[in-house]
This record gives sequence, structure tokens and C-alpha cells, in this order.
Amino acid sequence: MLTDAEKRRIDEVRALYETQSAASVEALRIVQDARGWVSDETLRDVAVHLDVSPAYLEGLATFYSMIFRRPVGRHVIMVCDSICCWMDRSERLIAALSERLGIGLGETTEDDRFTLLPVVCLGACDQAPAMLIDWQLHGNVDAEDLSTVLSLYP
Amino acid sequence: MSNERPITAHFRADKAPLTLEEYQSFGGYQALRKALSGMQPKEVTKSVLDSGLAGRGGAGFPAGRKWGFVDVSDEYAGPRYLVANADETEPGAFKDRFIMEGNPHALLEGMMLASYAIKARTVYLFIRAEYARTADIMRRAIAEAERAGYLGTRILGSGFDLDLHLHVSAGRYICGEGSAMLNALEGERPTPRNKPPHQTSSGLWSKPTVVNNVETLAYVPTIVENGAQWFKGLGLSGEGGVKIYTVSGRVQRPGAWELPMGTTIEELVEDHAGGMRIGLLPRAALPGGGSTAFVSAAHFRTRMDDASLRAAGSRLGTGTLILLDDQTCPIGMLRNLEHFYAQESCGWCTPCWQGLHWVEEALAAIEEGRGVPEDLEILRWHVDRLRPDHTFCDLAPGAMEPLESGLELFREDFLQHIEQRGCPWKRGA
Repeated sequence: MLTDAEKRRIDEVRALYETQSAASVEALRIVQDARGWVSDETLRDVAVHLDVSPAYLEGLATFYSMIFRRPVGRHVIMVCDSICCWMDRSERLIAALSERLGIGLGETTEDDRFTLLPVVCLGACDQAPAMLIDWQLHGNVDAEDLSTVLSLYP
Repeated sequence: MSNERPITAHFRADKAPLTLEEYQSFGGYQALRKALSGMQPKEVTKSVLDSGLAGRGGAGFPAGRKWGFVDVSDEYAGPRYLVANADETEPGAFKDRFIMEGNPHALLEGMMLASYAIKARTVYLFIRAEYARTADIMRRAIAEAERAGYLGTRILGSGFDLDLHLHVSAGRYICGEGSAMLNALEGERPTPRNKPPHQTSSGLWSKPTVVNNVETLAYVPTIVENGAQWFKGLGLSGEGGVKIYTVSGRVQRPGAWELPMGTTIEELVEDHAGGMRIGLLPRAALPGGGSTAFVSAAHFRTRMDDASLRAAGSRLGTGTLILLDDQTCPIGMLRNLEHFYAQESCGWCTPCWQGLHWVEEALAAIEEGRGVPEDLEILRWHVDRLRPDHTFCDLAPGAMEPLESGLELFREDFLQHIEQRGCPWKRGA
């Protein structure tokens, strides 16, 4: 079931477009931001509220890389693996995060604290290597000193 | 406000975005006043056309010419739309973020002027999901503009109404392709559309639509206020205006600078980015982001304008330069780039979703020491075939630009990897 707050926010967005279905991707973000991810049940509830087919909405949800159709941890780390960050050793950063958290790319820590994902060029090429944690940009990340940045996300 | 650095001259030292009050104190929104009080929409379009402003999203199509395709006659009484493309995801590109985070009202005023020119009553700012801070900055700037009466009905006492909506996306590079962006806004899977029809006759919900890049729109206010010839005169080599250039890679000071169109690669790299980091030499550069051809260091005196770069075998694209240094493996660089394009293929047309996969596989084999000479033939085969008339959009053709030039420029490196069954290069400092 969608909460009244979720429905209200979706309805505000719906009014900005010529058709209801145009609000779909933002509706998915609204429920995801509240719940962390989009479950099958939530997907169906959004489809019903927007009066669109669940199969259609699933087609959108699975196309967009930032819509999570599996549970994620409390904090989502997205590390850039594109060209400028690669030249500035994103592989080393990813390895360091992986070792520190004990998980690989696409995985979540046992305590559900962090999910680690690769992401394409973040447009932070002047601060390589870069990553997002909970949509917050961290640039010039030092792979040898991750404690400070990770401690911001308990 | 006829200064030579229209967008950045008044950037705050503390890097916070200019407020509406600050923007106005430097002459902001004077162009909008001028247009709404004394110019016809077609005059605004003509000014932009005469200025030579070419689309800054990578394709370089003249903005005024695109606007001119929209039917603004009274015979058509339906809606028209403007879409501002802030989906900036091209590897190496961060100029649009730089503009939005420093001078958000330059973009907003440009969106308003463009909407006025094409008689759009609704404009969407389409921003990528990962630009969360940028989106917050734009939200606040939009609220300021609404409070000041620059949006809504009867703007500045004129007959012009405009609604501006922020649309935050949810990932995928293809959303930055103009027609895919329209599908994304409509709530469809954002694969590109067949053209014709073009967006200007049948775009968003089949209505006349113009999609423009952030930087393109951000230059419209200064053109309208100071005139087409003035803007044209700011360029160094015939292509008019000023531009936000960026430099990234292993340079001393990667960053963004507003400079005359036609500034040389050498000046960008040496004077502004401070040259390479200690112990590194430049080998080549991608002048306009990931989907442009390499220019070797021997040709760094080339001007960063489209005509000069085409003569050098490349193109301006986004004008966001990526340096390849002499201690980074070029095969690794190509593999990383092609991994990006292969992953970002929307899956719609076979040459792209299948072809880029094989390109990535061949490059991976070569880089990892499993390559054979036939892998070079596979790469050339794809370079020959992934062309604009064989693919549904320019993603795959763009992916072939660094590869085609790389096969030539880094021929010896390719052969070494194959013959030595491994990567002879150190990858990092």
C-alpha cells in the first residue's frame, strides 16, 4: 500500500505533464526514496495509482539504473568507473572499498549498512576518483583513508 | 552586461551559486525584459541564428536554425515545448554542472528566452539523477524566479506565460539523446525515436518541441542583450562566441574555463590546466568527450573549434577535453571507453547492442593478453559498420570515434599487447 504522503507527492508530479504515465519514473523515485527500493508489491501499487499496467512500469523500472528492484543497504555507495576516474585509479578505490566492507560490486554488507555499486561518469572529472554516497558527491577520494568519509554514514 | 565571460565573470569566490539578486545586480534578466517589451519571437530567433551559436551538447547544430523549424504561426494553436537537456553523462563532461552550480539563472533566463522565441508555454529542465546537488540548486533558483514573477502568467506585464518544471531522471546515458529524452519525459522506455519526424514538428506528445543543451541556453541571454555580431566577435576563428571548456585526465589542475571559441588545446592544457602532473607527458587527447577521435600531442596547436578539429580528424563535440598521458595504457583507455558505450547501449538496435559487446570483448582479450591478430579485424569491422546510417542513433557511431583513431594512433601498442601476450604499460603513478 502506498502511504498518503507518497500518493500526494505522486499526484503533485502527475499534474506537471500531459499524461499520467509521464509521472512514472518520478513516482518510482518517490517510493524508492521512502523505502530504499521498489518491491514487486510497491511496483504494482504505483501502477494502480497511476492507472498504468504493471508490466509497462516494470519495463521502465528495469531500464533505469537508479531504480533498485532489489533491497539495498541503509547507504548506497556508487563509485565512478568511467575514463577519468579510471585514469586516477578508480580500480584501486573500488578494491579498497570492497576489502574494507567485505563485499563486491552489487552486494550489501551483512549488517545492511552499505551497498556498493559501480556508476558511470558522474561529471566530477575534475575531482577524480569520485563517488556518490546517498546521492552526495565525494571527490578526490583517498583509497587509503576511507574511514572519515564512511563514518559520515552510520 | 557586455563582458567577455558572460557566464562566469561573476562566479562567487566561495563557489556558491549566484542568487537571483546577485544575478540581477550584474544585469541579469535585462535580456528577458528587452525581449518581452520590444522584440517579436522571430527576432529573438534571428538574433540567435545570426550569432552562430551552435548546439553545445555535442552535435553542434545551429541553435537558431533548430528554433526556426518550429511553426510559430497563428495557424497552429496547440502547445509547443522546450526541453533543457541537463542529462550530461558523456565521459569527461562536467561543463553543464559547472554552469548550473555557478550561475543557475543564466540557464533559467536562457530557457525563458528560448521558450519565448518558439512560443512554448511549458519548459522542462531534464536533469540526470546523479546531479542531486545541482538539482537542489536549480530548485531554489526556480523558486526565486517564480517569486520574482519571471515565471507564471503575464510575465513582466507581457502576454507571455511560462511554466517551468524540473524533471529528475533515474540513470542511463541514452536519456541525453534528444529523442530518447522525449520518450523519457512521456514515461516511455527512453530508447531513441526514428527521425523524421523531427522534434521540431513532432516532439513531446507529438507537439512541436526543441531540446537544447544547458550551455547552449545559458548563452542566449547575452546574445539577446548584446547582439549577434558582438557574440560572434568574441570567437578567435570565425566560429563565434565563448565557450565553457573543461580539461580532465592526469593534469595539474583539471577544471572548467570560459574562453573564446578557438582557444588551442595547448593553451587549455598548459596555461589553464597547468600542464601534466610531474613525470608525465601528454600523448593524445579526446577534444570533445568520450565520443570524439584522438588528437595526438603533436597537434596540440589545433584550435578547439569544430572546423579546426574536423581538419585534424576529430570534432568539437562537447569541448570537454580528456588527456591521455604517456604512462597510461591506451588499450586500457579504449577498453574503459567501450565498456561504457556497450553498457549504455539501450538495446534497441542490433548493430549497437550486439556490436559494442563484441568490441568490448575484443578489447578485453587484447588488454588481458588473450588477443590474436584477428581481434584487430573484428575491431575494424565494427568501425566500418557502426555508422549513423546503420544504427538507430549516434551512440554506437560515437563509440567508434575514439576506437577508429586509436587503432591508427596506437597501432604499435595493439601489436605489442598481442605479441607479448600482455600489457607492457604501467597504468598509474
